[in-house]
Amino acid sequence: MTTLLQNLIDGLGRGSIYALLALGVAVVFGIMHLLNFAHGELITIPGYLTYWAFNNGWTWWTVVPLIIVSAVISSLLIERIAFSRVRGAKDFTMLLTSFGVHFIVAAGFLLYVSASVKPYPRPGWFADTISLGSLNIEVFDLAVIAVTIVVLAGTTWLLQRTMFGLALRAAAADFDTARLMGVNSDSVIRGAFALSGFLAGVAGVFWIMREGQVTPTAGINPMLQGVLAALIGGLGSLRGAVLGGLVLGLAEVLLRSWLPVGIQNLTTGFVFVGIALLFIFRPGGLLSVPQVERV
Amino acid sequence: MLEVSGLTTKYGAISALRDASLTVGAGEVVGLIGPNGAGKTTLLGSIAGLLPIDSGTLSFDGVDITSKAPEKILRAGLALVPEHRRIFADMTVEENLKIGGITTKANKRAELLEEMSELFPVLRDKWDTPAGYMSGGEAQQLAIARALMSSPKLIMMDEPSLGLAPILVDLVFELIDTLRSQGRTILVVEQNATRMLNVADRAYVLRSGAVVATGTGAELLERSDLFDTFVGG
Repeated sequence: MTTLLQNLIDGLGRGSIYALLALGVAVVFGIMHLLNFAHGELITIPGYLTYWAFNNGWTWWTVVPLIIVSAVISSLLIERIAFSRVRGAKDFTMLLTSFGVHFIVAAGFLLYVSASVKPYPRPGWFADTISLGSLNIEVFDLAVIAVTIVVLAGTTWLLQRTMFGLALRAAAADFDTARLMGVNSDSVIRGAFALSGFLAGVAGVFWIMREGQVTPTAGINPMLQGVLAALIGGLGSLRGAVLGGLVLGLAEVLLRSWLPVGIQNLTTGFVFVGIALLFIFRPGGLLSVPQVERV
Repeated sequence: MLEVSGLTTKYGAISALRDASLTVGAGEVVGLIGPNGAGKTTLLGSIAGLLPIDSGTLSFDGVDITSKAPEKILRAGLALVPEHRRIFADMTVEENLKIGGITTKANKRAELLEEMSELFPVLRDKWDTPAGYMSGGEAQQLAIARALMSSPKLIMMDEPSLGLAPILVDLVFELIDTLRSQGRTILVVEQNATRMLNVADRAYVLRSGAVVATGTGAELLERSDLFDTFVGG
C-alpha cells in the first residue's frame, strides 16, 4: 500500500511534466496541424542558458525565470524563422520542417558549444523528502504537482475566459471562419506558440533541474514524451494531452516497480507495447476529437 | 459602397467566376441569384478574402481591398455569414457571439451582446448552451447575429434560408427586412429567387460564373426569359 501510494505520487510528478509538454504540443497542433518535433528544443536552448548562467554566478532564483522566458522567446523565434514559411502547407511538410529545426538546433550546439556533457548544480532541496507516516515524499514531486495544478488552472482560465483564449479555440475549430470573424491569423498563431513555449518553459524548469546537465540532444526525450502523451490523449484534445501526460508518467513508474528486477531496463519497451495496444483499440487516443476538414 | 469589377476566380483551370462586376450602395439590399454552380458562393468568398482571386479589383468604402486577408476585410467593415453557417459547435452561444465581436472594444461588445439577445430571443434562451446543440434555424440566427457583432457596414449572407423549414425561411426574410429598416446594407446570395427578388432593392443574376442580368427586384421578376436561369436550367 505504501509502495503504491509512493509510486502514484512519483508517477503524478513525472506525469505532470509530461502533461505540460503534451499540452504545448497539442495547442500548436490544434491551431495549425503541426506535430512539432522541435518542441524539445524549448528544453535544450534554456538548458544551455542554465549552464551558462551558473558559470556566471546566477542562482536558481534567477535561472527559473530565465528558463521560462527563453523557452517562450525560442518558441516564437522558431515559429517566425521556420514554421511561418510553411503555414498552410501539407501536414507532412510541416512535420519535416520541425525535424529540420530539431537537427539544426542540435547541430548548432554540437558545433559551436560542445559535444560533451555540460553540468550545472541541482537546487539544494532537490533530494529532500518529507515523511508522512511511512511515506517518504520527494519535495521535488510535490513542487512539480503543485506548480502544474496552478499552471493548468491558469491555462484553463486563459482559454475559457479571455478573448485570446476564445480566438485560439475558434481558430483551432475552424481557422477560416475565425478569420472571417476578424481573428488575426498571425496573432493567434504567435499566441499559440508563446503559450506552447511558456508551458514547455515551466516543464523545462523541472526537467532541467532533474537532469543536472545538458547535451546537444537533450531535447529528444522531453519531445518524445510530450508528443507521445499528446498522441495517447488524442491529438488536438487539450484535456486529452493533460490526461495522456499523467497516464504516461504513471505507467512508467508503476511498470518499473512491478517488473521483476532483471528486466526493469525494458520499462520503456513495455510502455510502447502498452501504447501500441491502446492505438489498436482506440486509434484516436483516449479523448479523440473528430478531425475537422480544413479548407 | 462595395465595388467589384472584372472579378475572375479560378479553381485550377476552371473559372468559377468570369469577369464579374457588381456594386452595392449604402443602405441597399442587393440579391445575388442564379442556379447551383453559378459562382454565387465563390463570389462572396472572393469578396471576403477567403479565395484567391486571379484578376479584377475590389473596393469598399473607397478603400482597395483586393487580395487582402479575411481579417483585414472584416476590419474594413465587411462581414460574411458563410455558407452552412459554420458556427463554432463546441463553443456556447455567448462565446460564438463574443468571437464575432472580437474586433470591437469590450464595453461596445457588451452592448452588442445585449442588442443581439433582444433581436434574437431564441439565442437568449440558449445563451450558455454549446452552439452545436441548436436546430438549423437557431444556428442560422446565431450565424447572422455573430456577423452583426462586428457592427459591419455591409453584411453578406450566403444562402441564409438553405435547409430551413418554410416557417423559418419566412423568419429569415423578415430578418432581412428588419436589418434593412435599421439602415444596414446587405448582399444576399439566395437560391429562393422569387422570394429574394421580392425583398431586394436590386439583384444580379449569375450564370456559369458570369453576371447575365441586373436590375431592380421588380424588373427582374418581369423577365420571363430568365426563368430558366432561376430554376437552374
